[in-house]
Amino acid sequence: MKKIKALTGNGAASEIMRQVNPDVVAAYPITPSTQIMEDFSQYLADGKVDTELIRVESEHSAISACVGASHAGARVMTATSSAGLAFMWEVLGVAAGLRTPMVMNVVNRTLSSPINIHCDHSDSMGARDLGWIQIYSENANEVYINNLIAIKLAEKINLPVMICQDGFITSHCVEGVDILEDKDVKKFIGEFKPKYSLLKDNIAIGNLALPDYFYEIKMQNVIAMEKAKKEFLRIDKEVNKLLKHETGYFEEYKLKDAKVVIVALSSTCGTVKSVINELRKKGKKVGLLKLRLFRPFPKEELKRVLGNKKIIVMDRSVSLGSDAPLYIEIKNATESKDIYSIIYGLGGRNIYEKEIKYIFERALNNKLKKLEYVGVRK
Amino acid sequence: MKLKNAREIEEGTVLKEGTSKKNKTGNWKTFEPVVDFDKCIHCMKCVMYCPDICIFQKNGKRGKNDLSMCKGCGICAQVCPANAIKMVKRK
Ligand code: SF4
Ligand code: SF4
Repeated sequence: MKKIKALTGNGAASEIMRQVNPDVVAAYPITPSTQIMEDFSQYLADGKVDTELIRVESEHSAISACVGASHAGARVMTATSSAGLAFMWEVLGVAAGLRTPMVMNVVNRTLSSPINIHCDHSDSMGARDLGWIQIYSENANEVYINNLIAIKLAEKINLPVMICQDGFITSHCVEGVDILEDKDVKKFIGEFKPKYSLLKDNIAIGNLALPDYFYEIKMQNVIAMEKAKKEFLRIDKEVNKLLKHETGYFEEYKLKDAKVVIVALSSTCGTVKSVINELRKKGKKVGLLKLRLFRPFPKEELKRVLGNKKIIVMDRSVSLGSDAPLYIEIKNATESKDIYSIIYGLGGRNIYEKEIKYIFERALNNKLKKLEYVGVRK
Repeated sequence: MKLKNAREIEEGTVLKEGTSKKNKTGNWKTFEPVVDFDKCIHCMKCVMYCPDICIFQKNGKRGKNDLSMCKGCGICAQVCPANAIKMVKRK
């Protein structure tokens, strides 16, 4: 049984947190993810959850408390954005290396400077190599679904998971979100059964590993990521039985017969779909690949579907001094020569249908440059 | 000691109790102490000074070295008033 609730992206995240009722939440609220923690502390005050809410003095402490609590045997969730994620940096790697099964909602916001509170993906893209699973959400519905997947996935593989959604665009816009009954969520996620608990077992974690063992422990994380990739699909299908959605590592939108395809993440995909509908009416063979799972990266699967199409990769972040992160990944996966990089939307700069139409049309007429900065006054 | 591979070790640097008993660190040393029991006057200074508890006494007599944790620091040789301990390069 499901019902529809009017929720923002943040609201969808706090709603699932209420239903999960984690043992511990430690957080230091930051724009645009603040509403998640506002809602959640209200749920606590109203007695709707019995979580131990730890109010800390910084994000570095928030994630540290989460890691500690998780290894003490608690089910742990938190949320952050931008500078908050950056301040967690050191401990993000610790969380992954210690195999911490926690879930964090990351509401994407750019990094300073200049200081800016709006959306781009430079915060989570910067954290892509730290050993966290990363799932990107197009809308509030997907935030809810991806959180469900994340809790099971994290606890199955013992890896931390980031659920990303676009700051303000998704986090602050109200949508109709399909919500499961509380008891169905409880049944789906089951009890958290940690392998060890610092409170019960005579163990030490976070030990020193010198050159004779460090590499093997990193190798374990490599193996864990491979496992996570398989598990993601399995759990995604389980969630699909409860809440119908586009399953898989990526959503293929009018992709099969498309000659030109845009690859993008998160909310921009909605805009691209609407442009595709319009162009399709005029007989233009255009499509979209919306990537959901960015870490682990579904390399072979992407190569199979993108094969010999003209590929335009849209990045909402720059890698200063090199090519953009999603572009590099897709180019590497497909080994394509017919591939183009678009940078857009930095610091919350809007991306309009007319711009996406322009990109598609230039690509169809073989006029697109290898790298274009869209929407900037150069 | 045979080193374990990635699939054999506990996930996430978890160590169970009592690992210091298994992890013999005596192979770090370059020099090792050799005792001349003819010279030893059983004063027990080396027993007390050894930072790695490699030397034991029994019934008022200095016992043999247990070098499984010895780092070859040479403190025992330094403090011995009878010059009974020599540091010898390991082969
Ligand atoms: S060399 Fe150092 S560690 Fe070894 S027995 Fe002597 S005092 Fe102890
Ligand atoms: S310090 Fe020298 S004399 Fe004293 S007990 Fe040790 S070896 Fe013997």
